[in-house]
Amino acid sequence: MSDTLLSAQDVSKDFAFGRSLLDVVKGAPIKAVHALNGVSLDVKRGETLGIVGESGCGKSTLARCLVRLHDCDGGRVVYDGTDIATLSGADRRAFNTKVQMIFQDPYSSLNPRMTVRQILSEALRVHNMRPKVEIDARIAELLDLVRLPQDAADRLPHAFSGGQRQRIGIARALAVEPEVLVADELVSALDVSVQAQVVNLLLELQDRLSLTVVFVAHDLRLVRHISHRVAVMYLGKVVEVAPTETLFKAPKHPYTQALLAAAPEVDPTRRTRRVAAKGELPSPINLPSGCLFHTRCPHAFDRCVSDVPQLTPRRPGHVAACHLPDPELP
Amino acid sequence: MTEPILSVRNLTATFGQGASALRAVNEVSFDVMPGEVLGLVGESGSGKSVTLRSLLRLLPVGGHVGGSVSWHGKDIVRMTDAELRAVRGGQISMIFQEPMTALNPVLPVRVQIEENLRAHTQLDRKGRNARAKELMDLVGIPDSARRLDEFPHQFSGGMRQRVMIAIALASDPKLLLADEPTTALDVTIQDQILNLILDLRDELAMSVVLVTHDLGVVAATCDRMAVMYAGRIVEEGDVTQVFAQPRHAYTRGLLGSIPQAGTERSMLLSIDGTPPGLAAIPQGCAFNPRCDFATDICRRTRPHLTGDGHRAACHNSDAVIAAGSPVKKALSHV
Repeated sequence: MSDTLLSAQDVSKDFAFGRSLLDVVKGAPIKAVHALNGVSLDVKRGETLGIVGESGCGKSTLARCLVRLHDCDGGRVVYDGTDIATLSGADRRAFNTKVQMIFQDPYSSLNPRMTVRQILSEALRVHNMRPKVEIDARIAELLDLVRLPQDAADRLPHAFSGGQRQRIGIARALAVEPEVLVADELVSALDVSVQAQVVNLLLELQDRLSLTVVFVAHDLRLVRHISHRVAVMYLGKVVEVAPTETLFKAPKHPYTQALLAAAPEVDPTRRTRRVAAKGELPSPINLPSGCLFHTRCPHAFDRCVSDVPQLTPRRPGHVAACHLPDPELP
Repeated sequence: MTEPILSVRNLTATFGQGASALRAVNEVSFDVMPGEVLGLVGESGSGKSVTLRSLLRLLPVGGHVGGSVSWHGKDIVRMTDAELRAVRGGQISMIFQEPMTALNPVLPVRVQIEENLRAHTQLDRKGRNARAKELMDLVGIPDSARRLDEFPHQFSGGMRQRVMIAIALASDPKLLLADEPTTALDVTIQDQILNLILDLRDELAMSVVLVTHDLGVVAATCDRMAVMYAGRIVEEGDVTQVFAQPRHAYTRGLLGSIPQAGTERSMLLSIDGTPPGLAAIPQGCAFNPRCDFATDICRRTRPHLTGDGHRAACHNSDAVIAAGSPVKKALSHV
C-alpha cells in the first residue's frame, strides 16, 4: 500500500554566481546560492505530500528537481525505481507524461497568444495521447473535469480570472494523464474565496483520478488541510517530516514549532503577543555551520554549532533533524 | 462614551468622468476609536486599499474623493493643500505593502527618516540625527547607528518594513494607516512586524487602521473589523463577535474558505464565482449572484447596514445567523 513512487535521495542544487576575470586570477572561491543541501524525501503512491517553508527555503527548487526542470547537482531523484537523470529520448517523454507540474503564477504560465484549445491540444499532440479526431472530444472532457464552460476552449487566457486560469493550468497538466501532480504554490496568487474553489477541485480530482500530489506552499493552514504527510524545509534542508496531524499537534523541531506559532490563528479568542522566532533567514550563500537553524533557535547549544543533525525517527513515520530528543514547546 | 478620533461618513472614491466613471469606494462610513486597531478586510478589488488612501486623499490623478473624513473637527476632504500637508505624514501616517517600492532606492535610510522629521518637527540637525537613531531602535533594527547610512537594498524585506514604520513614526502620529503591511513577508517575519505594530500602538497610544486580505491577521491583531465587498462595507463589528456569529453571507463564506484544524481533506465552504468588476456591479445586493442565501429581494433592492455595534448589510441576516459560524463549528470539533 505505502509503496514509494517518487523519491529524492540526498538531492543538492547550487546556483553559481558569475565570476569576473579578477576573481579567477585571484583564485577567489566560486560563490553560489545553496538552494538544496541534501534533501531526502519519499512520495508514496496516492498520497498528498505537503512541502512547507518560508521563501528561500528551496521548496520550489525541489519541486522543479522532482519533475526534472532542474538537473540535480548531487544525489538523485528516483521515479518508480529509475533515476530520472538517466532517462533520455522516448523514456524521458514518457516520464514527463507521468509527472506533471502546475505553476504558481496563473498569469505568466499560460501563453497569452494561444487559445485554451491550442494550449490543451498541444499537450495532447506532443505526447500522442489521442488520435487527431478525438482531440476535440478530449478537450471537452478536460474542461468539464476542471468545471470550465465549454465555450472556454476558443478564448484566450486574458479572458479568464486568476482562478479560472489556474483551472486551465490543471487541465493542461491532466491532459497527459499523469500519476503525479507537483503543484507549486497552486493557489497563493488567488483570493481566499477562489482559493477554496481550487482546493476543493484538487481534492475531488485526486479522489477521482487517484493522483499522487506534491503540494508545495507557504500557507500552513492550506497544507494542513490538504496533505496526508507534511515535510518542513529550512534553508534547503528537510528538518521534519510527519503525518499531518502529528506534525501540527506535536512538532519536534524548534523551527516547525516557531513556524506554527507564528501563523495567525483564525480564532480571535486565542491570540498571543509573543514573538515566535527571533531574527531572520541567514544568507543561502554562506550557510551557518552545524544545524542551519542554530542562529535563530531558542534551544541552541554547543553541539548545534559544530554537528549537523540528521533526520532521526521520533515516532512511526515521524522524523526530525534536531539534536534534542524532545525540545520543549516554548 | 469616548469620542472617535477619526470619523468617516459616506466616503466615495470615483475614477474617470461622466458615463465611464467607476466608483471604487461607495458611501463607506466608519469610526476609529482612540487606541483601537480597526481591520479593513476584503478580496482584491473590494476597495479596501482605495478607502485607506482616500482618507488622506492619496488617489492617483483622475481619482475624486467625496463624502467627509473628520479629523479633530476638520474635514480632510475639504482641507486646503497646506492644511493637508500637516496632517498627511504628520498626525496621520501610512505604511505600504511593498517596502521595496515605497522606499527611495537611491537615498540612504537616514535621509528618508530625516526628511519626515524636517517636515513635521522643529528639531535641529543634531536633534534629527539623534531622533532618527532612536526611531531605528524603537522599531527593533539592530546596530542602528551604522545601518542608518545604508541603502534600502541592503535591508531584508522585514527590516525594510521596519524602516517604513520608523519613517511613519517620525512625526509622532496619532493614527497609523497600514496597507497590507505584512503581505509581502514570510510568516515568522509577519509575526514579528504585527507584534511590533501592536507594541507601538500601546507605547505611543496610536490608533491603527489595518488593511488586509488575511482573516488570520485580523483575528490575531484587530479589535474591530469591517468587511468590504464591491466598494461597500457589508459587515462591521467587534472581531470576536463577527468571527463567532457572522451576519452577512459574504463574511460567512470568507470564514468558511479558510482551512481549519479538524476539517482536514474535507470540502471547504467555498464561494462560487468571482468578485464582480467595478463596471458591472450587480443590481440589488452586489453579492447576490454568489450568495447561497439570496432571495428575490436581494436581486431587487440593495440592503443597508443595520444593527447597533455589530452591523451588517444583508436582507437574510437571520438565515445567516441560523446557519452559524464556520469557525465555531470547526472549533467544536476539536
